[in-house]
Amino acid sequence: MGTNDLDARSYTDLLKGYIETRDERALYGAEQISKSFIKNNISPEEIVNMHIQALLEIYPELTDKIQPTMNFLLEAMMAYGLAHQEYQLLREKQLRIRSEIEVAAGMQSMLLQSEVPKMDELDIGVISVPANQMNGDYHHFVKGKDGTISIAIADIIGKGIPAALSMSMIKYAMDSFPENEMSTNTILASLNRVVERNVDPSMFITMFYAQYNPDTGKFYYSSAGHEPGFFYSDKTKSFKEFEAKGLVLGVNPDTTYMQSELDIEKGDMVILLTDGVTECRKGDVFIERDEVLEVIKTYMHLPAQDIVNHVYRYFEKIQNFQLRDDFTLIILKKVV
Amino acid sequence: MSSQSCVTIHKEWDIVAARQMGREIAKQLGFGTVDQARITTAISELARNIYLYAGEGKVYFEVIESLDKKGITIVATDTGPGIKDLSLVMEDGYTTSGGLGAGLPGVRRLMDEFDIESETGKGTKIVTTKWVR
Repeated sequence: MGTNDLDARSYTDLLKGYIETRDERALYGAEQISKSFIKNNISPEEIVNMHIQALLEIYPELTDKIQPTMNFLLEAMMAYGLAHQEYQLLREKQLRIRSEIEVAAGMQSMLLQSEVPKMDELDIGVISVPANQMNGDYHHFVKGKDGTISIAIADIIGKGIPAALSMSMIKYAMDSFPENEMSTNTILASLNRVVERNVDPSMFITMFYAQYNPDTGKFYYSSAGHEPGFFYSDKTKSFKEFEAKGLVLGVNPDTTYMQSELDIEKGDMVILLTDGVTECRKGDVFIERDEVLEVIKTYMHLPAQDIVNHVYRYFEKIQNFQLRDDFTLIILKKVV
Repeated sequence: MSSQSCVTIHKEWDIVAARQMGREIAKQLGFGTVDQARITTAISELARNIYLYAGEGKVYFEVIESLDKKGITIVATDTGPGIKDLSLVMEDGYTTSGGLGAGLPGVRRLMDEFDIESETGKGTKIVTTKWVR
């Protein structure tokens, strides 16, 4: 017996049982068999047919009156059956596409992975979580031979696969620059030309680029329209927004950028982020930028990686575990 | 042995005539209730395509009876505009009727064998068969 015949047999038995007992147990059986129908791909018209066959067996004398109505019902189910089959095929197709995107996402994170440099004086925490499968945020650390570390954090305006593909281009452009020989503003100006030449005019990239020299304690930075980060001064126990102005990458090939600098002392903290952090929403209301600082303050006694993890978990929760935008947060803590 | 019957489609009620003829043949061949309904639905779909997109055409029925199997072949022909992109209309989820028609992929699923030829500006011929199980 095929599954179809098996289901038909138990359908008849269940129906008989229900007619006798009229109890909930038989109805529970109907629920179970309904699931089995779906599992075995039994279409609605076949189920109606099972019902017709069961009726013929149980009430042969009613057949003349009931059968035409059942045949009518069977015809009325035909389009449902077809739509259901189509739905299943589309579902399989969707699963295939999904797994293809997963492969692409895996490849993306392999291409774009950036190891967090280990250094005694700086404790670094990073978290970057995509809203969908592919990440449109990007961050990059490079530790130079002289001990200087460079940090890039970027956000593509636009989401999903096109954004992710553009990111790879940015990474390879940056890799081709001579290490640490350039100032943060010349790097942004060079990237701006790459983006302007190669990326669709409807797509823009914001970036914050910084270099930290552990010998001098100097922190240099430039911004191309990027969400401003924060600087925490341990001396004054206060947060300050990075003041860095610059046009987003890719608008005008002749854009120039400014470099600013800052002295970092023991206990100070640098917070870099993308707008996925500051534009978290509670329901329909955007959070205030101050709220991000409040959450960071709660955890700032912890190691940098623990701070970013806690902040992420906090915002993940207030957004019901559904990120609306890619979320990237980097915290640098000067410990020595 | 094979025999042939034919319905000309140019108004909506001709779809009903084609259904009726097809169902009668299917019943005589010994198809079960569900398969009768499937064959009839496929006929409807083919005849409606002629009515909606070609304006005029024919639906033929052929009975195939050999020693080892019996079946019905439906042939739908028209001299309408033809179909430019066959793989597109054979793709699930593609529809011009707002998703309510079974479409040609639906016909293919309802039947056992399916073949389509179409030439832009000349017309379309669909041949589809279902075997008695």
